[in-house]
Amino acid sequence: MRLLEIGLFAVRGVTANKLRSTLTTLGILIGVASVILLLAVGNGASTAVQQSIAGLGTNILTISPQRGGGGNPSAASSSKPLTVADATALADRTEAPDVKSASPVSSTSATASIGGISYSVPQFVGTDPAYFETTNSAVATGNLFTDDDVAQGRKVVVLGATVATQLFPAADPVGNAVLVNNIPFTVIGVLATKGSSGSQDGDDLAVAPLTTVQNSLTGYGGLSQIVVQATSADALPAAQAQATTILNGRHRIGIGQTADYRMLSQEQLLTTRTATTDTFTVLLASVAAISLLVGGIGITNIMLVTVTERIREIGIRKAVGAPKSTILGQFLVEATMLSLFGGALGVAVGVIGSQFTIAGIKPVIVPSSVLLAFAVSALIGLFFGSYPAGRAASLRPIEALRHE
Amino acid sequence: MSDPVIEVRELRKTYGSGDTAVHALRGLNLTVERGEYLAIMGASGSGKSTLLNILGCLDVPTSGSYLLDGIDTAEFDESRLSLLRNRKIGFVFQSFNLIPRTTALANVELPLVYAGVRRAERRRRANAALELVGLLDRAHHAPNELSGGQQQRVAIARALVTSPAMVLADEPTGNLDTGSSREVLGILDRLNAIGRTVVLITHEDEVAAHASRTIRVVDGQVAGVLV
Repeated sequence: MRLLEIGLFAVRGVTANKLRSTLTTLGILIGVASVILLLAVGNGASTAVQQSIAGLGTNILTISPQRGGGGNPSAASSSKPLTVADATALADRTEAPDVKSASPVSSTSATASIGGISYSVPQFVGTDPAYFETTNSAVATGNLFTDDDVAQGRKVVVLGATVATQLFPAADPVGNAVLVNNIPFTVIGVLATKGSSGSQDGDDLAVAPLTTVQNSLTGYGGLSQIVVQATSADALPAAQAQATTILNGRHRIGIGQTADYRMLSQEQLLTTRTATTDTFTVLLASVAAISLLVGGIGITNIMLVTVTERIREIGIRKAVGAPKSTILGQFLVEATMLSLFGGALGVAVGVIGSQFTIAGIKPVIVPSSVLLAFAVSALIGLFFGSYPAGRAASLRPIEALRHE
Repeated sequence: MSDPVIEVRELRKTYGSGDTAVHALRGLNLTVERGEYLAIMGASGSGKSTLLNILGCLDVPTSGSYLLDGIDTAEFDESRLSLLRNRKIGFVFQSFNLIPRTTALANVELPLVYAGVRRAERRRRANAALELVGLLDRAHHAPNELSGGQQQRVAIARALVTSPAMVLADEPTGNLDTGSSREVLGILDRLNAIGRTVVLITHEDEVAAHASRTIRVVDGQVAGVLV
């Protein structure tokens, strides 16, 4: 009995019942494809989140005040607010060579109105012109305000796209006056649409010179934020260190004491978000594991049925003198062909399916998942395709023949 | 009595154990000479099928000895038994037992494949066997495209294609109409005429009449020679 003959028997066995072979292949195909696709979707989602965070800019530091810290531990009230002087010190070329700019930000919510229309702006930001570049804000129409506007405390405002459409549904806002908390401001520009990041609408804001906002809206207390831009993404750690040194010096924070401010880089934000998407990936991975299990049980089922159905055939083959090893070989080759073919098709379907956008997510294939799904399915198919056949081949021919 | 193909001594076969044990064969003795045509008759449950299965090496006895061509089969392991089934025995079942969705020719070739016969030789011998049973024109039909009588003739072709020492047939005409039965019996007669040993089980006297000797099995033992 040559190997070729065993192979031919296997081919004949596979092609003899096309429906059965197709169903077996389909079972393996679905098992493999679903695992690859599910993991690709999970991976795609987490990649998308990472890219959207990376798009925010990786060379930005956000400094905000924090209660509870302070130079003197005995006095809780000793925490100093962030001031414009802090921002100026941070932008010092010699003290902080890796800092490109430091924009003081004083923001509040305010009500803007014109004619009969009134709109509550959640973020009315007072800052300096460098803020626009730091936050990747481009002007759509009109102009941005200048350092001179800040110095003079002119009542000018640049509107975000959302605010602009709310207040001026039809007209061009540039050149018009709006009342902000009943104080008249002149609209000099409208920002280009930035889109929303997460749940926050990035266009629902208005930006005015810091001096004007402090003078008329927030008062001269502490700043809400200082936004620091490093010279490059690589210089960010250095910039962070320099900024920390300067602020600690100015706020008299000693070693081991809690700072009265909080410094966050986009990278730290990224880490936080990544942790969230990791949870998502784990969730999808467990769904994939379950589908692999279900797929595996499906393969087991159809393989067992296939072999059980053919125990009589095994009996006939034994009755005409087939040795056990030959029968075993035939079923092993059959199972191998079905498993490999089904597995390969499953990989193909999984890979092709990953090219499409699923529920707004562009799937990204995890290479190891392809290997895992293929190997697990093929091994299950092999085992349950040949082990019961081996068992049947060990029966006496008459027992196999009587099997119903 | 010089050249027995089958020599069975004190053959016993018990299914199950304890109180529920069924004794299918109870110390049966039987000798079949080369070239003989033996018919085995008996009521259902008498143990005749069990006997034939053991003679065909499809089953093993609980005790007793079975010498096939002078060789004690008890000493054979499973792989040598399969060799024995392949070379020495041609078995014809009542329910044909052809492999479904496989052509008549492939079914007849099957024992030769397991015997390791080369393709061209295999084809030649399978065609010759099909010609002998008068089904050469149906060589490429699957079993479900053949009538019962034709299927049984394919099964007989498969049984004799290896030129076995004996052909065993378990009620070969049990599922066939009169016409098909006559054809099948005619083939068995011709096989016996060219020197093959034939052992068959039957319920019908007219089938048994084809045999040169008839025995009756009662309660797992040979009851008597009926002639």
